[in-house]
Amino acid sequence: MSNLAMIIAKRLALGVLTLFMVSVIIFYAVNMLPGDFAQAILGQTATPETVQAIRDSLGLDRPVYLRYFDWLFAAMQGDFGISFSQVLFATYGGSAATVNYETVIEQLAPRFGNTLFLAGVSAAIAIPLSLMIGVLAALYRESIFDRVANVSTLMSISSPEFFVAYILILLLAVLNPVFTSLSNIHEGMSFADKLGKTMLPALTLTLVVTAHMMRMTRAAIINLLASPYIEMARLKGLSPFRIIIVHALPNALAPIINVIALNLAYLITGVVVVEVVFVYPGVGQLFVDSVKMRNIPVVQACCLVFAFAYIFLNLVADVTSILSNPRLRHPK
Amino acid sequence: MTFNISRRTALKTAAAAGALSVAGMPALAAPKHGGTYRLGLTGGNTSDTWDSRTHSDAYMINMGHGCVFECLTEVSAEGELVGELATSWEASADAKVWTFDLRKGVKFHNGKTFGADDVIASMNMHVEEDASSAAKPIVANVAEMKKLSDHQVQFILKNGSADFPYLVSDYHICIFPAGQIAEAIANGIGTGPYKVVSFEPGVRTLATKFEEHWDADNRGYFAEVEGIYIGDASTRLNALMTSQVDAINRVELKSVKLLKNFVNVDILDVTGNQHYTFPMLVGNAPFDNPDFRRALKWACNRQEMVDKILQGYGAVANDHPIGPANQYQASDLPQTEYDPDKAAFYMKKSGLGNVTIDLSVAEAAFTGAGDAGALYQNTAGPAGININIVQEPNDGYWSNVWLRKPWCACYWSGRATEDWMFSTAYESGVPWNDTGWENERFQSLLIEGRTELNTDRRREIYHDMQEICSDDGATIVPMYANFVDAKSNRVAHNGQTGNLWQLDNLRSCKRWWSA
Repeated sequence: MSNLAMIIAKRLALGVLTLFMVSVIIFYAVNMLPGDFAQAILGQTATPETVQAIRDSLGLDRPVYLRYFDWLFAAMQGDFGISFSQVLFATYGGSAATVNYETVIEQLAPRFGNTLFLAGVSAAIAIPLSLMIGVLAALYRESIFDRVANVSTLMSISSPEFFVAYILILLLAVLNPVFTSLSNIHEGMSFADKLGKTMLPALTLTLVVTAHMMRMTRAAIINLLASPYIEMARLKGLSPFRIIIVHALPNALAPIINVIALNLAYLITGVVVVEVVFVYPGVGQLFVDSVKMRNIPVVQACCLVFAFAYIFLNLVADVTSILSNPRLRHPK
Repeated sequence: MTFNISRRTALKTAAAAGALSVAGMPALAAPKHGGTYRLGLTGGNTSDTWDSRTHSDAYMINMGHGCVFECLTEVSAEGELVGELATSWEASADAKVWTFDLRKGVKFHNGKTFGADDVIASMNMHVEEDASSAAKPIVANVAEMKKLSDHQVQFILKNGSADFPYLVSDYHICIFPAGQIAEAIANGIGTGPYKVVSFEPGVRTLATKFEEHWDADNRGYFAEVEGIYIGDASTRLNALMTSQVDAINRVELKSVKLLKNFVNVDILDVTGNQHYTFPMLVGNAPFDNPDFRRALKWACNRQEMVDKILQGYGAVANDHPIGPANQYQASDLPQTEYDPDKAAFYMKKSGLGNVTIDLSVAEAAFTGAGDAGALYQNTAGPAGININIVQEPNDGYWSNVWLRKPWCACYWSGRATEDWMFSTAYESGVPWNDTGWENERFQSLLIEGRTELNTDRRREIYHDMQEICSDDGATIVPMYANFVDAKSNRVAHNGQTGNLWQLDNLRSCKRWWSA
């Protein structure tokens, strides 16, 4: 097992390095975009004086690398700063010291919670569903069921998310009002209300991610069905269902877990469009707004969260595929 | 059901007869108190705050000055200037000294009593040298503020301004409690008829009726107001049709026809001052040539743009920025129409020969700007003007294209008064003069109009200014774009909605009620 601990430690160290690289790239990339926070927030109403006033108060005139190191130094101590828009009025508000402004973390936390909730609900539907369809498709491969499953999941993954979303709204909110078309969940709602409001975006995401996981499950299992040990099982007279569940699936887990991890990461980081269509208050909307406004502290924090989600889920996928494979668990 | 039909008919009558018929309107159902009003609005941002100095889009303008805060004055749905926190105002003969009487018995949401100090402190938020207020140019004219008594304030202006009471109705200039401004900005504490319960920037605002409001019986009828930011146009429409919200702003023009078939929904379609423009920087040849500018004006097919870009939800404009929501719109001026012969005549007169000019467009300027450019290109060709369309990125359009590229697309939401509009974008040397155009007679009329308190003389002055602008000005103003919003019949209003801004001047929370 020490080998596994070694791998985890190595991965974590690489993960930290990746986060650092991501933060450098994003910081410079946002700075290279045309305009800055002052111009973005004032829009058409910007005058040179007002732009300058905001720049001065936020220190936007200082060189990029100095601002980056300031940010990095604070971030390493767990301080991700205060959103520019909050600083803006803190500076001019008068008795600013008496008011506690929301930090980036405080702004991000509830939204990240919402994002995880949506990802969780979608995963809870999508993962069992795609595993089930995948196994069944492998079991009855080349049958009508297999083809219908393949074609319909491919169709749903090939349609743009917003299109899938509108179709679901039309079917399940407008024509048959089962769910609500707005998913504006907020604090103080009961879990059941939240779940009900989250259903449509979760179903949309389910349709989007199912194909990938289902097809990987099917392919991995079919791949194994040609192996000698499966033939042995068949010759023993085991039922096809038992062969797949007990003999094939455990050996197919590694690639399936990898795909699931990738899709989970997508559910956390890539759902901006779905959030916009359903007015779901997740991180995606905050991230897009912040890039639009060149609100660097928030952009940085969002990127780190996204990068962390990818690194963490990949790590989990690797570790579980090692655990699921005795050959990797006990290397010679 | 019969009630609904009669109310709808009444609405139609009001729209057909125009603003003047208000006095003769039949009495509609009396306002009812209570109920929840849910709005689906555009323009929310995660960077939104209660600092009214930064409000620039529908969501916060609505939740700020239209719900939680109040200004000194307001423009009523009928288009008249009435007091909000001020009860009356008076000017010296030169319009330099303005004395405002303030309303008594007004309380902030935190219990503080409203008085002259609050007005001065709130104005100072914009006047301060380092203040980053978008309303700074409006109040820059204030030289001194005097507290005459607890409920009387005097503004001494650097230059006379007959429109000063109009200027303080601006949605940036909300009244905050003196000495507690930071707290008020953090928590949204104003004097408005609703107080903030929860505020998630760019997501949702919940406000409940403020029982101690000075006019709790006659404004702010709802028990609760919920503002939901919905950026996507189809989602907004769905939310209204599936009864998730009671009103939405900015209905997509192509959906209006479909929405009209929906019996539970009323469309609010008003022509206001919002107009789309193509400003030319006169510092760049050939835009310095007035005859060339005239040629461009005659080469523009305005009606086609209204029909195709605005799908008919708009009106042709006449190359000046004064619209139907202004007091002194000169509707008798000869309308410039599409006339390739006249355009060719002015081209010849300009002595320029065949020219090719770049027109920078982006959807950031206005929806359909690219298509409008293409239409323009098409109609200008026969007059010997070759327009080359340059598609610019939306990102940074206002900082890199507008005021920088010689000819571009732009929009203006218009202003409540003529002087305000002209001083913002047409006066010599002001920062947003997006053409650099200067005209001596225009400038002297502008100065004269500012201190003129006589209504008839002002009408003449602004008439002449519009004429100069239309003839010599450097901005093509082809169309007024209507404000097209929609509401469910679960909410009602008195039959008259404002045309200064979208959705009843974004004051529907204060004016409407549950049907």
